[in-house]
Amino acid sequence: MFYVIKRILATIPVMVVVALFVFCIIRLGPGDPASVIAGDYATAEDIQEIRIKLGLADPIPVQMGKWFVQLASGDLGKSYHSNMQVTKLISQRLEPTLLLAVTTILLTVFVAIPLGTLAAYKAGSWVDKFVMIFSVAGFSIPVFVLGYILVYIFAMELRWLPVQGYRSPFDDGFLLFLKHITMPAVTLSVIYIALISRMTRASVVEVLNEDYVRTARAKGQSEFKILLRHALPNAAVPIVTVLGISIALMIGGVVVTESVYNIPGLGRLVLDAVLSRDYGVIQGLILFFSFIYIFINLLIDLSYTLIDPRIRY
Amino acid sequence: MFNILTNVRGQIVGGLTALLMGGMSVFSFAQAGGHESVLRVIPHADLKNLDPIWTTAYISRNHGYLIYDTLFAMDSDFNVQPQMVDTYTKSDDGMNWSFTLRDGLMWHNGDAVTAADCVASLARWGKRDGMGQALMTAMGSMTAVDDKTFTFELAKPFGLVLESIGKISSNVPFMMPASVAATDAFEQITDFTGSGPFMFSKDDWVPGSTVEYTKFDGYNPRSEPASAAAGGKLALVDKVIWTYFPDQMTAMNALQTGEVDFFESPANDLAPLMSANPDITVEVNDPLGNIGFLRFNHVLPPFDNVEIRRAALMAVKQEDYLAAAVGDQAYWSTCYSVFPCGTPMASDIANDIIQVADTDKAKAALTAAGYDGTPVIIMQPTDIPVLSNFSLVTAQKLREAGFTVEVQAMDWSTLTSRRAKRDPVSEGGWNIFHTWWIGADIMNPTSIAFSGNPDAGWFGWPTDPVSEAARTKFFVAGSLAEQQELSSIVQNQAWTNAFSGHLGQFFSPVAYRNNVKGLIKSPVQFFWNISK
Repeated sequence: MFYVIKRILATIPVMVVVALFVFCIIRLGPGDPASVIAGDYATAEDIQEIRIKLGLADPIPVQMGKWFVQLASGDLGKSYHSNMQVTKLISQRLEPTLLLAVTTILLTVFVAIPLGTLAAYKAGSWVDKFVMIFSVAGFSIPVFVLGYILVYIFAMELRWLPVQGYRSPFDDGFLLFLKHITMPAVTLSVIYIALISRMTRASVVEVLNEDYVRTARAKGQSEFKILLRHALPNAAVPIVTVLGISIALMIGGVVVTESVYNIPGLGRLVLDAVLSRDYGVIQGLILFFSFIYIFINLLIDLSYTLIDPRIRY
Repeated sequence: MFNILTNVRGQIVGGLTALLMGGMSVFSFAQAGGHESVLRVIPHADLKNLDPIWTTAYISRNHGYLIYDTLFAMDSDFNVQPQMVDTYTKSDDGMNWSFTLRDGLMWHNGDAVTAADCVASLARWGKRDGMGQALMTAMGSMTAVDDKTFTFELAKPFGLVLESIGKISSNVPFMMPASVAATDAFEQITDFTGSGPFMFSKDDWVPGSTVEYTKFDGYNPRSEPASAAAGGKLALVDKVIWTYFPDQMTAMNALQTGEVDFFESPANDLAPLMSANPDITVEVNDPLGNIGFLRFNHVLPPFDNVEIRRAALMAVKQEDYLAAAVGDQAYWSTCYSVFPCGTPMASDIANDIIQVADTDKAKAALTAAGYDGTPVIIMQPTDIPVLSNFSLVTAQKLREAGFTVEVQAMDWSTLTSRRAKRDPVSEGGWNIFHTWWIGADIMNPTSIAFSGNPDAGWFGWPTDPVSEAARTKFFVAGSLAEQQELSSIVQNQAWTNAFSGHLGQFFSPVAYRNNVKGLIKSPVQFFWNISK
């Protein structure tokens, strides 16, 4: 518990550094929200007037000070464009991204770990080669290409699934949710299935060569039990580590997937905010993502103690 | 952060409860809307700003047309017709105007629209819009005489009173309740009560994704048939839902499968794919189209020299730009008037200057102008394919003519802030950028595109007192002939002094399912009178 509290407290300076970095890097970059807001036909005077009203004409340290005061009161700020609270924008978009990520992770775990374990068990066989070829292909194919291929087959030709959009399981029904999330989740998970199945294979192959596995075999345990009770738990630490990193990296993957499938999630919110130089939203979102990233890392570290009793904090 | 977690926790708990309580219903294909008729639209851009006076963005203008109404409106013959106004009078000298509102005009909250609301709305619009500012400069007083009548007393002659308050494009003088119109013109409004044919609910708005408009049963349309922005605005569907698609291919696929009904601005190269589908109609709905612009920076070398600007224009050819950026010739035509071809002010005055299209002549002119090899910085917005291609064509043509050219790639947002800089190139300045104007915005010299005033003009800042004088006179011109004469002067100056390069007229098609009926031909996409 002390370790957990220590880790949670340690996030505070990390978040402060992230906030500082994000604030500075955005201001150093080219572009200006006022010119985007004013529109194509505004004059320089109009743009300057809008800059003043938005507080963008203030010196950078003043702007930074105001933002930190806001943050201290739990306010992530407002969108310069929509005038909406960043927290509201995030809460509007969180469900699609969260459920896309969860579905993707479930799909990844349920496909990649058995696949990798099977490849390890049948190392050197055609099954192993097939899994490895799939893995290389999964790594190589860009998300958007795979997305369009799936759309063409399952939405345009077979008409089994919709081209785009998101339906909430809570508001629209579970089946409708499933129909809309299937292709995006498959598209996004392929690269992670490729990664985790390779990782699983490598870890399990290593474990299968250990003395205790040989001992288990000598004692007459079935191969299934050996894999399930001895190989997988001992191979789990690196798999969980990669899985955790994958979840964090998924933040990047959802941007493309959400664009291809027109899902109104956080990935697209980031992209839109960057393109329109919506400083308030960019800052708020990066802080939010940093928090998620740190939280996931904490969960991974804590999960080690469950997987491997030798690990203690 | 706590707010987000609370909201999400609420959503999840509520959702799980619904899942548990709903039994089999959770497996239903519940569709929002039930028996409502819903027009599902892919708009040309994401609606980021809700205040069409605060921004000139076209998407905000289109949003404005759905929820607000206007005093006057332009019909398909470019004539201004009364819209919210029932009757109006003007004195013989044009200095005193009186307007009476129609009966039955109502805000979405049920309150009656009053003359005081209209006066307040005009005052706010007059602080932001170019024509509005000109009108307010001439205005002595605007007064609400009673609930339905208001008057203008001009302090000096102004010939474009109706053209100003009946303008069709940004910033459109939309009428808002006086309490809303009291908002500072440089700050966004927060109350979106209008009196237009549809209502907007901010709670259902997901920026970057979805906007919903619901039919306003209390709207009292005019009896005349719809004609561009004028005439009766009949809401023939219960809801209009805009869903923004960042990806054109996904948008096209969604239209093909019937997940959406109307695609406002498909890329021209997708048109053949959609035309091949018998369930989809692809057509040009905007008769004026867009006019491509090559804008010089007049305050920095080498384009502070008019002879060098003219040499550059000699090197380029509209067909090259249009073929590269638009492609299919069905969607473009050359046009050598500064005002859109086919509109009342269009003419061929001095247009031989921009039809040279001869590299050898451009080289000779460049040498004669004393070009010293100063690099030309072209800003290339790579996220807008049409403008990106325009930039590349210009770069190639100028290089062939002997210019030293540097193309700097950037996104449009960067370009819009950088073009406002008058600094030298070494400090972030620029020499050329490209854009387009919609035809409706440059139909006469009042557009800021033709300003010759470097202090208050548009980016590029040309200096031309003759043109500026003609523009000023245009505001008080009494007859069409007089307006055309002044427009000719502006065009002559624009070409002679090479304000900008005109890259031709091009048209963006719309695409829609065949069950969608009643589209109005107009430079602006309207959603009334459409049924499905």
